[in-house]
Amino acid sequence: MKRTTGLWLLIGLFGYAVLPWYALKRGFWSFEWVSQFGQQISASALFQVLNFGRFWLAPAGVALLVAAVLLTMNNPVKRSRWTALAALVGLIMTALQGLIIVRGGPQAFGDFFAFGGMENGQLGFGAGAFVLLLSLLFVLTTAISGMGKGRGDAFVVGLIGLIIALVGVFVFFPVVHILIRAFETPDGFSLTAFLPRLFSSDIWGLGCLSGTSCGPGINSVVLAILTGATSTALGLSFALIFTRTDFRAKKLLRLLTVIPIVTPPFVIGLALILLFGRTGAVTGLFADLFDVEKTRWIYGFDGVFLAQVLSFTPIAFLVLIGVVEGVSPSMEEASQTLNANRWQTFRYVSLPLMRPGLANAFLLGFIESLADFGNPLVLGGNFDVLSTEIYFSIVGTVADASGTAILSIALLMLTLGAFIIQRQWVGKKSYATVTGKGDSGRHSALSKGVKTACYATALPWAAFTAVVYSMIIFGSFVKLWGYNNSFTFDHYIRAFGIKHTAHGWRFSGVAWDSYFTTLTISSIAAPLTALLGLATAYLLVRQKFAGKNIFEFSTMLSFAIPGTVIGVSYILAFNFPPIELTGTSIILIIVFVFRNMPVGVRGGIAAMSQLDKSLDEASITLGANSFTTVRRVITPLLGPAILAALTYSFVRAITSVSAVIFLVSAKHNMATSFIVGRVENGEFGIAIAYSAVLIVTMITVIVLLQLLIGRRKLRASDRVET
Amino acid sequence: MNLNTPGSVVFENVVKKYGEVTALKALNLTVEPGTLVTLLGPSGCGKTTTLRLIAGLEAATSGKVIIGGKDVTHLSATYRAVSMVFQSYALFPHMTVRQNVAYGLTVKGMNKREAAGSADAGLEMVGLKGFGDRLPSELSGGQQQRVAVARAIVLEPEVLLLDEPLSNLDAKLRRHVREEIRQIQQELGLTAVYVTHDQEEAMAVSDRIIVMRNAEIAQEGNPHDLYERPNSAFIADFIGDANLVDCEVISTSDKGAEVAISGQQLLIPNEFNHKGNAKLVLRPHHIQLSDGGEGFEGNITYAAYLGNQVQYTIDGALGPLFVITDITSNPFSTGQNVRISFDPRKARLVAG
Repeated sequence: MKRTTGLWLLIGLFGYAVLPWYALKRGFWSFEWVSQFGQQISASALFQVLNFGRFWLAPAGVALLVAAVLLTMNNPVKRSRWTALAALVGLIMTALQGLIIVRGGPQAFGDFFAFGGMENGQLGFGAGAFVLLLSLLFVLTTAISGMGKGRGDAFVVGLIGLIIALVGVFVFFPVVHILIRAFETPDGFSLTAFLPRLFSSDIWGLGCLSGTSCGPGINSVVLAILTGATSTALGLSFALIFTRTDFRAKKLLRLLTVIPIVTPPFVIGLALILLFGRTGAVTGLFADLFDVEKTRWIYGFDGVFLAQVLSFTPIAFLVLIGVVEGVSPSMEEASQTLNANRWQTFRYVSLPLMRPGLANAFLLGFIESLADFGNPLVLGGNFDVLSTEIYFSIVGTVADASGTAILSIALLMLTLGAFIIQRQWVGKKSYATVTGKGDSGRHSALSKGVKTACYATALPWAAFTAVVYSMIIFGSFVKLWGYNNSFTFDHYIRAFGIKHTAHGWRFSGVAWDSYFTTLTISSIAAPLTALLGLATAYLLVRQKFAGKNIFEFSTMLSFAIPGTVIGVSYILAFNFPPIELTGTSIILIIVFVFRNMPVGVRGGIAAMSQLDKSLDEASITLGANSFTTVRRVITPLLGPAILAALTYSFVRAITSVSAVIFLVSAKHNMATSFIVGRVENGEFGIAIAYSAVLIVTMITVIVLLQLLIGRRKLRASDRVET
Repeated sequence: MNLNTPGSVVFENVVKKYGEVTALKALNLTVEPGTLVTLLGPSGCGKTTTLRLIAGLEAATSGKVIIGGKDVTHLSATYRAVSMVFQSYALFPHMTVRQNVAYGLTVKGMNKREAAGSADAGLEMVGLKGFGDRLPSELSGGQQQRVAVARAIVLEPEVLLLDEPLSNLDAKLRRHVREEIRQIQQELGLTAVYVTHDQEEAMAVSDRIIVMRNAEIAQEGNPHDLYERPNSAFIADFIGDANLVDCEVISTSDKGAEVAISGQQLLIPNEFNHKGNAKLVLRPHHIQLSDGGEGFEGNITYAAYLGNQVQYTIDGALGPLFVITDITSNPFSTGQNVRISFDPRKARLVAG
């Protein structure tokens, strides 16, 4: 314990006395600060205090000093208590000075702290501050474990502290910023103006009933309910065909669940335009055959609805396969031995047992539809929904931070509400009837009527989906869709051309920059996401500590925060010191890590719950500490879960558009925002060609990852003894 | 590498609470070095909690845990010189048998080759020489169990803990393996704490048995004491089969207790000093049945022929009784009236 504390104190001292405290213009890794050592801009905190009079940086150093002196104390419990206090005070003082003394942005405390340093302000935290805060955090957690908390396990307490700090800074801090800005009016802050603005008819108006248009809030809710219900119904059809019939092409159905994962969200919208837009293939066909006028009906509610159902039905299918399989065959057999026919068995036994699962699928579709940004952006037309309104209010001619915040809160209320209902009500109410007891394992077949209904809905839809996806391939090879349908490679050459010049080979295509940026950032974010997600899952499944429920809820929370809201909140929070990140690639990595973390957490929880807990305990009683146990026992057994988390976070980072579109910069542009830009310019060919390349890239990476990690199996059987 | 000598285990007023639920009420116990002590009791009695407290997998709410004379109450499991055999064996499925057994040695810093050597020696001791390169999933249940034992004993722990180690084995193998465990424990002179809910198993392996009930100790002693001198109806019923017959204690003296049963008076020669309602413990094989003559009245309601013995269920003056008799040429049949008698010296009075 003393050694761990001492080590962190040394690291902290290095951060405090040597590394530059503030963020540097040219970045840390240029190492310009080494040659400029001692200048105010790149000086360490210690020099800032001694030479430049920035006394407010002193408490952090004092905390280090106190903790170091306390190392000489003999009583371990007392020492831990005082060390914890010193580290905590140091952390709080450092964070406070960062929030209070800023260069610009909201100076909430400006009136109270009018002293010399205040006017000049200071830059954002840099390498020194980062290292120091981290070291104080671990000194604090080590001390807390020394007080006997967390069974005295410094590793576990440190992990908890680290995750709480990260989630606090990168999820809660930005969301709080939104809340604060929502209270802002042109003349200061107002509590009373908030509610009327939040529930104003601009957002919730019902004008569409009387001929004008409804507010975006109403539009979003109606769309989400319809999308949720339709995709759940279709998903159930698919799931029933998949599990309860002898349908031959089940593998193709399975493929249907994989493709959407690797599809950027607006690609389906694009394909629909190619089919049903004014120059679309189907539109043209109908116009020729029936002599009807070519309209733009696809731009609006119909188009968005169609695109969302296409996008989210596979997700409902995936959820419902598990639900339908979860109904124990022995229940159905019992029903049949009691002389119920197949329809009665389905109607009165199977369907009621699936009800919680159906509600769950509906709520997922509901949340996804509310959060969807790509499809409404491409197909919305005059049909405004909250997620796109948020975007337009911040990139519009008059950036209205307060209005944006209000819209964000409206959207957040809806998604959070659905999320809480899903977790509190549906999540707990489960009739899962799979038991350890053996049964025949054969589900009863569907009655004729149900079977016909399933085939009649699911198969046409599957065919439609196939047509939509084939558009992506065709569209990328057509010169100018609807006008000049000749075959061409032009789009690919423009986007991904490589030229031989006097200076050697050059990536001359316009898409290369964003393509490389996307790959780099996604491959940095993916392992971090997997690590953070699995570490959180480990704490949730394997460790007991006070406040675990709140901890779990807050780590899952970012799942319910729509991407647009995250994007806005990051802009509001990280555009100013103390944490100034906008315009860097770091903010993109961070946004991916915290947006996709819940997926890693879920996967990790599922995988870890299947590992017998006595495996950990055996390792611990054999003299290994928690860290060794995680490294040598748990990690090797989590192979598939690690692979899934890696793959999923990589793919999500590549396909994500909603949060990213706010955070990209000229220097760090991402593929999706590049494509959206092309769509806005009407360059569909290049947009679709780029999307196709992205899909191929992701499939290649998935297959490679499978080959690399997926091969490790435990010879005789994969089952872990319980 | 410092290995350990067998140590004692002492609990001083150890309390364990999970929120509102009390899992242990102020437990005091002592395990002498080199002995095998069994914690026996029905599920939920606190025996597993006690074991996990010794291991350090649970922290005591209050009280002291002392192992080998050292207070380890606040020491985490990693640093206690205690190893444990788990009910599920908890063999690491991704490691070979040898790696499993060597695991504890390598995490303590022994070099790999030395650890592998010790592991092989441990495997030889449990009769699994040559199995080192297999994966646990390639072994039978009994073999996996022995690997788990080997993994625990190569560390030469101060205390070896066994949590229902036989519950996943079939009945025939159980007897064999428990003999092996007992042999190894005695050979190495280990201190061992053994948890089971099977009283026969407890009787077979233990130097001493601690019977637990409702988060506290009901009775402790050697197997013989517990069977012959139960201090409560619960113990009598739990250790072996027993008929508990209602009776009334009329007077007590140094000769024993004068007891009224079903209208008759008997002298039961054991110390007892409460008058009034009590229960008489009658073991099934201590009851004699006859066609007529002296004794209480009874009627055979069920007879089961088991080859080496006959078991009867009897209704009558003493209430329902379960009786075991040797095979005779002429067993009683269902519905037959019999006379019931027993030797008062073999009966035992407990509080009603």
